[in-house]
Amino acid sequence: MAAWELLGLGAKGWGAFLLVAAVTTLAVTATALAIGAVAGAAIAAAKLSGSVILRVIGHVYTTVFRGVPELLIIYLIYFGGSSGLTAVGAWLGYDGFLGLPSFAAGALAVGIISGAYQAEVFRGAFHAIPRGELEAAMAIGMSRRLRLRRIIVPQVLRFAIPGLGNVWQLSLKDSALVSVTGLVELMRASQIASGSTRQYFLFYIVGGALYLILTSLSDRVFNTAERRANRSMSASTIGGA
Amino acid sequence: MPGVTRLSVRNLRKSFGTHEVLKGISMDAQDGDVISVLGASGSGKSTFLRCINLLETPSGGEVWVDGKQIRMLNGRGGSRPASRAQVDHIRSELGMVFQGFNLWSHMTILQNVIEGPLHVLKRPKAECIAVAEELLAKVGIADKRHAYPAHLSGGQQQRAAIARALAMKPKVMLFDEPTSALDPELVGEVLRVMRALAEEGMTMLVVTHEMSFARNVSNRVVFMRDGIVDSSGAPEDMFGAGASPAFRQFIGHFGNPQ
Repeated sequence: MAAWELLGLGAKGWGAFLLVAAVTTLAVTATALAIGAVAGAAIAAAKLSGSVILRVIGHVYTTVFRGVPELLIIYLIYFGGSSGLTAVGAWLGYDGFLGLPSFAAGALAVGIISGAYQAEVFRGAFHAIPRGELEAAMAIGMSRRLRLRRIIVPQVLRFAIPGLGNVWQLSLKDSALVSVTGLVELMRASQIASGSTRQYFLFYIVGGALYLILTSLSDRVFNTAERRANRSMSASTIGGA
Repeated sequence: MPGVTRLSVRNLRKSFGTHEVLKGISMDAQDGDVISVLGASGSGKSTFLRCINLLETPSGGEVWVDGKQIRMLNGRGGSRPASRAQVDHIRSELGMVFQGFNLWSHMTILQNVIEGPLHVLKRPKAECIAVAEELLAKVGIADKRHAYPAHLSGGQQQRAAIARALAMKPKVMLFDEPTSALDPELVGEVLRVMRALAEEGMTMLVVTHEMSFARNVSNRVVFMRDGIVDSSGAPEDMFGAGASPAFRQFIGHFGNPQ
């Protein structure tokens, strides 16, 4: 069969299979980024807080999850989580293996790792806010909560966009490791397709190309977001009035 | 209301570690007073101003704003405010103008000016905008209301910062070296706005190096040296025969102001 037939969307082609897998990759990564944003914001807040205990917790989190291989975290969550679930099942009177859903386990694992990197991005972004602007917010009588909502969060998001683009790209590639849980995302799909057809070269190249398309599209999205967020900073938009 | 004490500071002290920057400062501002605080750098004058609205926490002493004392607790770790809410409220009654302008860079000039009234005082938006546009016209930058701070000159930014502080209808305006970061040709436009404010009867405390402002606009001059008030009085006396030797030496560095 010719390459274009193998890649087609027809009954004998693997095209649709690969496209669905690419969407799964996107979905895992997006879910992971969201989980990581929540974890990252909490950890960044802990690292910036006045409490020594919270700072230590934040430091341990970022050290551990940036320092341990991603694959290990995925195994830990997937198999660790599954054996925990099985134990709970046995206690409730069900004796069989209960597996954690691979999508949830994968997104959680990549999300936890992404959170460690996002925490550093948020922390750096917080430090990029000019101190005087925070003082001006205090001086005008803003409560802590109001300062956070009106001054800190909008500026942290603005300064964090380039860093978040980086983390997104890392997470997109980390999501390939989730294939070890059996989730048919782009990596696993390329493996299945190439194994079934013995066209290893073809399908791994196509898989790689699909990854590149995903990363360059998301690059564009982040660049646009960065430009929009920095409108207030660039001198090229002078005019106002 | 002349005769009403807007601001009263009693025996204010501040230490950074073992270094005592303020060694007991007392000062009163009646309604309509314009007080210039002068002193060499390191004399503690900016720290004094920042202690009034608790941007720095005083180590001791009392601050009264419009008859209400900022309640402080004195514990083992030093002094701290008794109520955050009270501090926030008192800050909203004190307008602060910084040396570095400190406009919020992610907001337009108009958004900067309505931010406080809208979110701190919770006034209706239409009212906030009307007040803001009036103030921006008054400080002469109405045409810049939709520009971002980064697109304005330093003098324009400082005038916007004054408008932002005035929008809160403060009882007292605190100026922390408002013209020190400006190019010489931009100083005049900011001083003109401040002078107009003084003439309207705004109560002002101005930390400055502008001798002409101290001499011609303020009704009282306070000279700080090494964390204490060296001398104070009417500008005619301070710049005239009544000057203390230290003040005489200090103003000697500035030449003879007009």
